[in-house]
Amino acid sequence: MASKLTYLTAPLIDKNPITLQILGICSALAVTTSLSTALVMAAALTAVLCLSSVVISLIRHHIPGVIRLIVQIVIIASMVVVIDEVLQAYAFGISRQLSVFVGLIVTNCLVMGRAEAFAMRNPAWPSFLDALGNGLGYSLILVLVGVIRELFGTGTLLGYTLLVPKSEGGWFEPLGLMQLAPSAFFIIGALIWGIRARWSAQAEKPKLVLVDVEAPR
Amino acid sequence: MLNPLSAWSGFLARPNDDRIKVFGVAILVAFFSAVLVSTASVVLKPMQDAHLEAERAERMARMIDTLPGLRSIMEEMGIDALQSRLVDLETGAFVEGIDPTSYDIQAAATDPERSVAIPDELDVARLGGRARLAPIYLLERDEELLLVVLPVVGSGYQSTLRAMLALEADLKTVAALTITEQGETPGLGARVETPEWQALWPGKQIADESGEIVISVVRGQATSPYEVDGISGATVTSNGVGNMLRYWLGPHGFGSFLERLREEGL
Repeated sequence: MASKLTYLTAPLIDKNPITLQILGICSALAVTTSLSTALVMAAALTAVLCLSSVVISLIRHHIPGVIRLIVQIVIIASMVVVIDEVLQAYAFGISRQLSVFVGLIVTNCLVMGRAEAFAMRNPAWPSFLDALGNGLGYSLILVLVGVIRELFGTGTLLGYTLLVPKSEGGWFEPLGLMQLAPSAFFIIGALIWGIRARWSAQAEKPKLVLVDVEAPR
Repeated sequence: MLNPLSAWSGFLARPNDDRIKVFGVAILVAFFSAVLVSTASVVLKPMQDAHLEAERAERMARMIDTLPGLRSIMEEMGIDALQSRLVDLETGAFVEGIDPTSYDIQAAATDPERSVAIPDELDVARLGGRARLAPIYLLERDEELLLVVLPVVGSGYQSTLRAMLALEADLKTVAALTITEQGETPGLGARVETPEWQALWPGKQIADESGEIVISVVRGQATSPYEVDGISGATVTSNGVGNMLRYWLGPHGFGSFLERLREEGL
């Protein structure tokens, strides 16, 4: 049991889908302008990932190799549509803000990646733990980036004002850059740098090394 | 007699590269996914519709707020919503006996009993057909018409556009246009929904001196009171809005109703 739990904990930092595997970056840039959209997107992706991984894992022995990617995509896409419909029914305002990005979970490499790399080869329970772990790892980064961008971009968190901006008589000058997509690149880049500096095993080995050669005579 | 259970286990026992198995798995996965998606869509539809309805009401209220002085007139008269009436589009007369608030024009437009086909040459909005009756909203004071709001529908680039068009008492000047529903490309056609674009509409004239409906959405800059700037990168959507208004203000749309109002008043 304890060994199975590493499926859940490993993707949080050691094998984090965003910072180590560099998957799912597109949505991480787009939906992190505020914490609430980041939270809903993280929950939606985790739900899709868990459901599709379990389903794919359950029928993995009967998925013909020639059409396995199509089968995976069909399953993932139907889960995404269901989640999108649920959001439109229960969280209408936020589903409007997320607009196309919930639908684009279908094309998130993270979901396909876990289905192909893990769920196709493992039983349902480990697949579920792996999916949940990866979903939480993705959520962790999204929430971190969302907190930084919303707090420093507008001075609020989940809509509550924490840092009173100058325009309303406080001292805080909102950083407009934080609300733009490039800031997510900078934050994620800094996170990757920090994590790889702390856990140096994650750093990629250079593919090419410069060596001194003797000057030609 | 084929035993379904043994047929099923026989199917599962087939090797994965077997052609029957490949087709069978594909069909089964597609079938179950389709059932799942349809169920979710049907079960959740009423709640989504309630949200859309609330959004539409909010937009209507916001449109009233954008019209200068309208709120104060309404407050003075002690009402908080416009008066709703049903109009027979063919005769232009009001219809009594049906509650306009419970009348569903979208359902009526697809019901053969309650709709008519639009002749091809008039169907600039590419609708195919329209409901016989349409709800309109009025604001009057002492029998004098102040504002009339018409619901319109048309085709954009990839979705159905729905809007509310408010006309001033002369029935020629646009008071406001609010797009209430669209599913156009985000960032391009979807910009018809922005307040910035809708702010271009107030004051535009729908018809020239002879009474012909000439309002249109043009590429680039508008040069006359009958033209509105189009949205760059969204020509089809922009034209769709223009065509929608030309159909609904024309003889097959609200034309006879507007003419009757002009001649007889309320």
